[in-house]
Amino acid sequence: MSDLLQGTDVWTLLVIVGLAVVTVVARGFFFISDSAWQLPHWAQRGLQYAPIAALSAVVIPEIVMSQGALISTWQDARLFASAAGVAIYFFKRNVLLTILGGMAVYLPLHLGLGF
Amino acid sequence: MMFLSPKLFRHPEFKIGLRELAPQAPGIAAWGLMTGVAMVKSGMSVFESIAMTLLVFAGSSQLASIPLIVAGAPAWVILATGFCVNLRFVVFSLHLRPHLIHLPRWERLLHGYVTADISYVLFTRRFPQPGHTPEQRRTQEAYLAGNDCLNWSSWMVASLVGIALANFIPPDWGLGFAGILCLLGIQCSLASSRMRMVASAVAGAAAVATYALPLKLNIVVAIAVAVILCLTMERFNPNASTGGHA
Repeated sequence: MSDLLQGTDVWTLLVIVGLAVVTVVARGFFFISDSAWQLPHWAQRGLQYAPIAALSAVVIPEIVMSQGALISTWQDARLFASAAGVAIYFFKRNVLLTILGGMAVYLPLHLGLGF
Repeated sequence: MMFLSPKLFRHPEFKIGLRELAPQAPGIAAWGLMTGVAMVKSGMSVFESIAMTLLVFAGSSQLASIPLIVAGAPAWVILATGFCVNLRFVVFSLHLRPHLIHLPRWERLLHGYVTADISYVLFTRRFPQPGHTPEQRRTQEAYLAGNDCLNWSSWMVASLVGIALANFIPPDWGLGFAGILCLLGIQCSLASSRMRMVASAVAGAAAVATYALPLKLNIVVAIAVAVILCLTMERFNPNASTGGHA
């Protein structure tokens, strides 16, 4: 049990509970109230852009930065794996193949060539 | 769980819901397996990963929150980012509302909680119109419960197996990157209009440019800049907003 809990802290567990509440609120957003209502127009339009913007804001720095700075070399397995993943997505329209294909590029470069 | 309510799982439509999800189950399981491995390999403890799997039940917000948790971002930044990533479900809930609003509040929230992307697509394809009679409504609810039941179980079992397997994989393999590739794939799937591609490019560039901000505020700034810019561009060129519905 102590092994299982190693590296666990209460703050992270509270954040996890908070994220569970976020899932319930997002998936049941329009089930909460009994009376029908509408979002203001700007919010409806904002729903178009916020999800992809949030993903991009998390993902892009994880690909092109290391230790807080833009990477200065092209010899980074993440760049090749991401390019392969995006290409696979637009050919196959399948997220699972994107992960598998991207990792098939990432692992040989990272483990084999030390990129 | 409400999967266990006899009025739903004894209904013939429950089995149809199970059966229609079955072809998707291997894909959901593989995705769950990868998420389980990626959670542990990105720096979460085994207990945290299990708690996250069982409680949060939303792959994209789980994976997006991990880099922020590891970097020590404040809770509100993590929760706001998770909510933004989950905003597609807000749109789904608007669409599902007429089908479920006759139920007591906690039951419809529970249905919402377990209904992820694939179940939403299958359900709205099978039932384009809400039920009018109590029997029609019961039928729809039973189908959704059957569908959600198999979706939930395949995701959970596979994620927990992934968490267990991750302990046998050396950390220097860098398997946490599979989580980033997963988010990248979802990002591509959302890039369905030119304006959404603009939002994606602007947010990515802004997050890199403002990376030095404390508390991971670069994520919040990037989302705000991208959304405000796109709404402004729409206002000046209404034709730019093609593909209007999420």
